[in-house]
Amino acid sequence: MEKLYPITVEVNGKQRAAQVPARLSLVDWLRDELRLTGTHVGCEHGICGACSIMLDGDPVRSCLMFAVQADGHRVTTVEGLLQADGKLSVLQDSFCEAHGLQCGYCTPGMLISSQALLDKTPNPSEEQIRDAIGGNLCRCTGYKQIVDAVKLAAQRLAAKK
Amino acid sequence: MKSAAFEYARASSIAEVCDWLRKGGDETKLIAGGQSLVPMMAMRLTRPARLVDINEIAALKFVALEKDYARIGACTRQCVVAADNALAKQVPLIRQALSWVGHSQTRNRGTVGGSLVHADPAAELPLAAQVLDAQLLLRSHAGSRIVGAAEFFEGPLATVTRADECLEEIRWPVWTEKRSGSAFTEVSRRHGDFALVAAAAQIALDADGRCTRAAFGLAGGGSIPMAFPALAAQLVGSTLDDDAINSVTHDAATALDPGGDLHASPGYRKQLAAVLAARMLRAARDEALKQ
Repeated sequence: MEKLYPITVEVNGKQRAAQVPARLSLVDWLRDELRLTGTHVGCEHGICGACSIMLDGDPVRSCLMFAVQADGHRVTTVEGLLQADGKLSVLQDSFCEAHGLQCGYCTPGMLISSQALLDKTPNPSEEQIRDAIGGNLCRCTGYKQIVDAVKLAAQRLAAKK
Repeated sequence: MKSAAFEYARASSIAEVCDWLRKGGDETKLIAGGQSLVPMMAMRLTRPARLVDINEIAALKFVALEKDYARIGACTRQCVVAADNALAKQVPLIRQALSWVGHSQTRNRGTVGGSLVHADPAAELPLAAQVLDAQLLLRSHAGSRIVGAAEFFEGPLATVTRADECLEEIRWPVWTEKRSGSAFTEVSRRHGDFALVAAAAQIALDADGRCTRAAFGLAGGGSIPMAFPALAAQLVGSTLDDDAINSVTHDAATALDPGGDLHASPGYRKQLAAVLAARMLRAARDEALKQ
């Protein structure tokens, strides 16, 4: 048996405790143990961005971290973007509205990267949007609608204030 | 695409890291941001028996500006360094290099020291370190030593760091001349990829616009990033006209021994090297002329 390491991670606002082997990647723990399957696994070596999550508020690739490294940290997955009443967030709704997704494989990573951008830069330029999602590959949309969706979300969030 | 099994230890101090390395340096690998190490482990290109995690060591995360050096802790995140305006004023080449490194998700996790000890021949930060001859502070249980970038890089993914040593901090020389400028560029298939060729330069000028100090280098043209101090010295005293610049960058490109692959032939890489190095020397000169 591989040695197990105790961890406690705040995932989407809830403290989650577990025993994990050192080599278990963070994304595999989130998906296979916590059943948070919104986060997708693409390339498993840090190229595609499908597994992006927020670690302590900043987007990182969860295939490039071991779950044991997240001990004591705060993780936000795409499930954590929902509003408190379970409705889609403004950003998620804007992706639907602007046709920012087709097959949906890259979408969780796109949402995490875009949300992290909007959290720090409420009114981003197109260049800033493209930079923020530069590490997320999409093979369907050609990116145009995704950029439009983030712009739309920024407008809607500004109008709400 | 899953790592082989390993033991894990989270170190809370530099002394603890040195202790782990003394006990089993050959089988122990330090993990900082993990943005290069974890893919290599996933592909089973490396299978360390033990990972010692240095991410929680506060003493390895700092940017300290001194008169002659900007000191950066080895485990300082690339995003933190890139956002540091005071540092960008003192050593602008670091931010210029970081703007080409990976993506926001990898810079949020990746560290400055990790990039240097990983020593990818086409990586940006090792090139910046070579051009400025950054000084690297290596620590072991037995003590510490300082190695200049010129001696630090040995080959692809190989440095002079011994199995019982860790990188503690990097000291980036500050150019105190009133008129100085720097520039960094690269050509890659997509922004954020490793460079086919990267070029960096830094220039200081006197009041008449004559060069008083010059440094430039190239990455992607061989097994390590290279600086060309002897060629750069030929620029001192000139006004950095096109002839002076083209002559040294031609010689630099000729000295390279780039490999060829499906992305670019050796000849194309050499051509790029000469063009990009000249372009960066001119850009650094123009930056210095504005001051």
